[in-house]
Amino acid sequence: MMSLDELRDRATLYALIAAGSVIGGCARYLVNVAQLAWLGPEFPWATLFVNVTGSFVIGFYAAIAGPDGRLFASSRQRQFVMTGICGGYTTFSGFSLETFQLLRSGHALAALINLGVSPVSWLVAVWLGHFAATRLNRLKGT
Amino acid sequence: MMEVIKGLVFVALGSVLGGMARFWLSGVVARRIGETFPWGTLTVNVSGAFAIGVFGALAATGHGVFATPGPWLFAVTGFLGCYTTVSSFALQTLALARDGESLRAISNVMFSLVFCLMAVALGFAATRVLA
Repeated sequence: MMSLDELRDRATLYALIAAGSVIGGCARYLVNVAQLAWLGPEFPWATLFVNVTGSFVIGFYAAIAGPDGRLFASSRQRQFVMTGICGGYTTFSGFSLETFQLLRSGHALAALINLGVSPVSWLVAVWLGHFAATRLNRLKGT
Repeated sequence: MMEVIKGLVFVALGSVLGGMARFWLSGVVARRIGETFPWGTLTVNVSGAFAIGVFGALAATGHGVFATPGPWLFAVTGFLGCYTTVSSFALQTLALARDGESLRAISNVMFSLVFCLMAVALGFAATRVLA
């Protein structure tokens, strides 16, 4: 059995992750709306954009707010930003469906480009974010 | 403008449930199986890919509830979008690579891509046959 305090802590954590997911999910939706208005639906740019920027942010935040980081963050704050906002903002299912739809609609080349470019760019982005934050962490002063 | 605001409401409702579901399930899987490999994130991403394949096939019929914007934004953009994640996948792959676990890092990338694409195709095909 959980004590009342533990139960309240769990509930707070879930509420923070839900709130972060709303921020992330709505931001991702707006990027989709912007793509449809400016670029049209030919290639899933919006999903690529959110996944790359979200990977950069999580890499940066994990290092800047980590144990050796210069930003102090509680475990709740980390869950809010990383699990909530970044998790809700990025999407693997959207990427999977869009790649599949490109393939199914006869755009095999676009599907292959999306499949090849996306994972590489996510991983480069998370590494760049991590690299930038560790550089900042090493700077003297506060 | 009004359309976008209405859309945001549907997305937000789905996001609340999707984000919490991901946190809950990835935690359960990580605690059961162990945390030397990101099975939790892989589980949500593969199951989410299967589900989005199902919804994609339902929407492709051109009729029914998921061919309309509101339910699609709630279930797919909101719920499944928040249920699955690229950021945790990327961060966990980076952590494996930095710990010198290159085989695990590469396996994570390969498993995630292959299983998610297979899952979305399976979900789509199964729904096409059954619906």
